Amino acid sequence: MTTVTTEVTTDREISYREAINEAIHQEMTSDDSVFVAGIDLAKQGDVFGITQGVLTKFGPKRIMDTPISENAITGLAIGAATQGLRPVISLMFIDFIGVCFDQIINQMAKMKYMFGGKARLPLTVLVNAGAGTGMAAQHSQSLEALLCHIPGLKVVMPSTAYDAKGLMVTSMREDNPVFMIMHKRCSRLRGPVPEESYTVPLGSAAVVREGTDATIVATAYMVHEALAAAETLAGEGISVEVVDPRSLQPLDTETVLESVRKTHRVLTVHEAVEFGGIGGEINAQIAEHAFDHLDAPPMRIGAPFSPVPYSPVLEKEWVVNSDQIIEQTRRLVSG
Amino acid sequence: MTTDLDSEQLLYMFRTMVTIREFEEAAGRMAEQARIPGAVHLYAGEEAVAVGVCSHLEATDTIASTHRGHGHCIAKGGDVKLMLAELLGKSSGYCRGKGGSMHIADLDLGILGANGIVGGGPPIAVGAAFAAQYQGTGGVSVCFSGDGSTNEGTWHESLNFAALFDLPAVFVIENNHWGEFTPQEKQGSITQLSDRAAAYGIPGFTVDGQDVLAVHQAAGEAVARARTGNGPTLLECDTYRFYNHTGRSEGDPRPEEERAAWRERDPLTILCGVLEERAILSGESADRITEEVQREIEEAITFAEEAPYPELSELLTDIYS
Repeated sequence: MTTVTTEVTTDREISYREAINEAIHQEMTSDDSVFVAGIDLAKQGDVFGITQGVLTKFGPKRIMDTPISENAITGLAIGAATQGLRPVISLMFIDFIGVCFDQIINQMAKMKYMFGGKARLPLTVLVNAGAGTGMAAQHSQSLEALLCHIPGLKVVMPSTAYDAKGLMVTSMREDNPVFMIMHKRCSRLRGPVPEESYTVPLGSAAVVREGTDATIVATAYMVHEALAAAETLAGEGISVEVVDPRSLQPLDTETVLESVRKTHRVLTVHEAVEFGGIGGEINAQIAEHAFDHLDAPPMRIGAPFSPVPYSPVLEKEWVVNSDQIIEQTRRLVSG
Repeated sequence: MTTDLDSEQLLYMFRTMVTIREFEEAAGRMAEQARIPGAVHLYAGEEAVAVGVCSHLEATDTIASTHRGHGHCIAKGGDVKLMLAELLGKSSGYCRGKGGSMHIADLDLGILGANGIVGGGPPIAVGAAFAAQYQGTGGVSVCFSGDGSTNEGTWHESLNFAALFDLPAVFVIENNHWGEFTPQEKQGSITQLSDRAAAYGIPGFTVDGQDVLAVHQAAGEAVARARTGNGPTLLECDTYRFYNHTGRSEGDPRPEEERAAWRERDPLTILCGVLEERAILSGESADRITEEVQREIEEAITFAEEAPYPELSELLTDIYS
């Protein structure tokens, strides 16, 4: 694994969701075996706009509107992938993996291993995660840790438009099942994105801000909260390095460790419930591999252990924000 | 029953059914002797279903199978040596010993795997059917599932999906009347499971699953319908497993009279009768075929027992491409 610090060489700015849309268009142009299937993807262009324009450009053979049948959609991808196609399916909200979890964890993830390596499943699953949009308990979760726990799956969770496009292209070219987890609050964020196709490798974290006093490892929208916190903390003379893993399975542990060996302090931040979250895994790896470099116990922030509440006041209380990150980082560097 | 099958084809079917029977007898025996590490769900008694259906399939057609999958694998052309080695967890097995009885697969033969999850196969069969339609291969995707699976949501989603898009699929229900240890009528609100076809607007038929010629004829129409772009068919085969849910174990909850009655309708005896009537096979030549198959199974057992176990380093291979 190598550290890849994002290098952008364009002035063109588009949104995160437009970046994913562009990746889909470009990969479909270059590879006829790619097809897209899911609920309201063709005519509507997806409720999040991810597949806008695909039907017009590629026709109904390449993108299909399916019934609301998550098991059939997921099995469609698995079965078609065994026959050499490269399906891209959308399950819309990550919460809906609950409907088709058998197809995901017992079929998709295990087929290659169970068959002694003979199956090849080049498929991408699009899901939207994240709270803060008033969608309540069944449309707001961050369930990435569940997926990362299953050998056979790969999981990416971009925070910027640039990474969204690069990771989408890589995912679609992968010969393994990849979950592309899009964060709802990232979807309108704009950033520089080259028009030409490019890849961001899986298992490569990005150092998105350099610093010397503490490392914050943050995922998805929390990267932006962490960057805001780092800006405020800089005003107090605290220099924070922010690392975005971008891909959680595989996880670029080396880049995280490298940063921690430099700053000697670490805080992991994610929007998912703290208990059993990916932050605990990252901190455990740091404790195992860089314990001697630590000047303070690894810290973490995640959501409280409750379903995502609906009421705006409760939801605001539930979602991790930059104020919490600032407060925790102050404790981290003073310890 | 009249048939368009010639004597060579009929003998091939007989031999394949005998192979399944002898394979299952051997697997059951070896499981009892603890020579097989895991559970085996035996297909003995249901041979006519797999053989009748698969007699219409090419290597480019696919099947999705079940936990009771040995028969499907053999009927689709699977190699009994590689199957037995897999049952023993050996590296020469179909899955290099990583899958076992419930995950035997041979993608080159279009066998998309047995499946340890009831209702796990139908969505995958939909995907294979879609791929055949998308690629225009003329291929057909056959989904075998038990009566129990028809109460799973995945089964319903898959039939609706396949029907909606006229996918080249055939859904075969092996109604052996027992889902694990509970009778079918205690698990479903109807007993003629082909009636469910009406819910998807597709043809549904129930045939005598002990009569390979009846299965062959009905499956032929269903496969032809799929191959010519006319969508899926639901084919219920009325059948029975001769042994308990797993192995040949004791504690079978099924009434003795019921088991005895179905034993009277052994698919091998029924086909044998037809073959004798048509002077294709004598009792003596049937015995000779059985002995040949038994020798073949013995050779497969020797192959499997002599095969090496996987290297421990293989624990972490084949997880990703």
